[in-house]
Amino acid sequence: MTLTAKELSTEKLELNFGPSHPATHGTLRVQLEADGEIVTRADAEIGFLHSGFEKLGEHLSYNQYITITDRMNYLSPLCNNVAFALAVEKLLGIEAPKRAQYLRVLMCELSRIADHLLAIGMLAVDVGAFTVFLYGFRIREKIYDLFEMVCGARLTTSYTRVGGLMRDVPDDFDAVCREVLAEIPTAMEQIDGLLTHNRIWLDRTRNIGVITPEQAISYGLTGPIARATGIDYDIRVKEPYSCYEDFTFDVIIGENGDVYDRYMVRFYEVWESIKICEQVLDKLPSGPVNVDADTKYTLPPRNEIFNSIEALIHHFEVTMENRGFTPPVGETYVPTESPNGELGYFIVSDGGREPYRVRTRPPSLINFSVFPEIMPGQTISDIVAVLGSLNIIAGELDR
Amino acid sequence: MPALKQLSDLLSAKFPDAFLEVTEFRGMLSIHIRGGLILDLLRMLKTDPRFAYNFLADVTAVDHLKKGGHTRYSVVYHLLNQYDAKRIVVHAWVDEENPALPSVYSLWKTADWQEREVFDLFGIRFEGHPDLRRIMNPEDFGFHPLRKDYPLHGRGERDDFPVVGRTIGSKWPADRSFE
Repeated sequence: MTLTAKELSTEKLELNFGPSHPATHGTLRVQLEADGEIVTRADAEIGFLHSGFEKLGEHLSYNQYITITDRMNYLSPLCNNVAFALAVEKLLGIEAPKRAQYLRVLMCELSRIADHLLAIGMLAVDVGAFTVFLYGFRIREKIYDLFEMVCGARLTTSYTRVGGLMRDVPDDFDAVCREVLAEIPTAMEQIDGLLTHNRIWLDRTRNIGVITPEQAISYGLTGPIARATGIDYDIRVKEPYSCYEDFTFDVIIGENGDVYDRYMVRFYEVWESIKICEQVLDKLPSGPVNVDADTKYTLPPRNEIFNSIEALIHHFEVTMENRGFTPPVGETYVPTESPNGELGYFIVSDGGREPYRVRTRPPSLINFSVFPEIMPGQTISDIVAVLGSLNIIAGELDR
Repeated sequence: MPALKQLSDLLSAKFPDAFLEVTEFRGMLSIHIRGGLILDLLRMLKTDPRFAYNFLADVTAVDHLKKGGHTRYSVVYHLLNQYDAKRIVVHAWVDEENPALPSVYSLWKTADWQEREVFDLFGIRFEGHPDLRRIMNPEDFGFHPLRKDYPLHGRGERDDFPVVGRTIGSKWPADRSFE
């Protein structure tokens, strides 16, 4: 005797995804309810990596907290450094010199290339295309070598300081950077050839995890995810910071808001970032990278510290724990366009050496909050594709 | 976009009991209002074409215990007008005894997780929130760690974990921990 579909018992299946799973790329847990292969409910549980960075910020001075910002978005730490330095500089009412601002733009765009390459690579790995990941990682490695050349660290860069940068770039940086920039298009064409018109890739990503523009605004989505839905909002263009208005580039807009469009937006943003990097190198002005040391926000030049008592005292005053600069009472927020979306630091100052409250506007957390809304109706195998396309970074998600 | 004085007059006429002040610092306008009417204010800022702040960028809170303010906590909303790229900050002040204010989930769904985060870290309740649970800390975590009276090193949560004893087949007694 054969059973028809009606007589078969059909009960919904509870599935647990994470918190330790190779496709979550960080610790987050999704509780699923599936009807066969179709997800009917997806509850996300986060907080496994909550480290109290915001509480810690209330006990560290402004320059010390820059090291903590590295640990939030560990795929593009320089963007976090820049965002925090900009917020503190606005609080103090100072502006970094032109050369420092241009170098910040250059570092942000190199980070954006590295971040997008990894986001595309991870998305491809999760849906089964491993080669793409290797092509992306080869270039990423070279970009990390550039960071190492500039600030001595590959991951925990801490490159910015309040009022400027840790140090200027080395003399041969321009040539090496151009060499790396010239290599990126080759890798991008390889990725393009493997993915963009690949039938399997199209089947796995088109019309998967669709987000409408209304949902994007309601859920506060920003960055490539919002632009993939067709929202024309890029903070670099609309609210320029750190001299972004000096460079010309296009804002990449998608139309369907699915996984494929998110991939395409990231893919073309890499090309735009290469354009910006080349413009920065062409236009890079000479001059100091820190505000005048007499303002007492930055350290005096090294050779003066060893040769004059005034500079030594100044160095002591800036570095020692019970000294240092004190911003006025007030609160500031500077929005910046990080690879994942709007990143900004909301700083409340009570006039002390440490921030009274420092809040990160975490793009990963806010972008991930749409996940339970878009998952119902997708198949279980689409979960990794959607997660990969949202590019969740657990360090920033939980802070 | 009305300037500071105009905005201040408009809001004090509209919300005579709840409106506190409008401040400006480094070009950033902040509206200060009592928490009870926050939903009405944000609805006005969202739907009124003079403001058209269509995007809620961020929800957070500040504990003013050591700094001083109108009351102890303020919940901070960062609004963005995506048409003109204008931003404004709204402080909703709530008092210490009963830190609660209406949820803005009905206006923006991003308030869901962000209000949960504020509830978790500050203990401010949002009335009308669909699912007000802790989001960062475990459910049985008894404190709200971003309050100013909570110490940086915690209150012994790291030391007071229930330790699973080694009982069956162990050469150590069950009550002996392995320091």
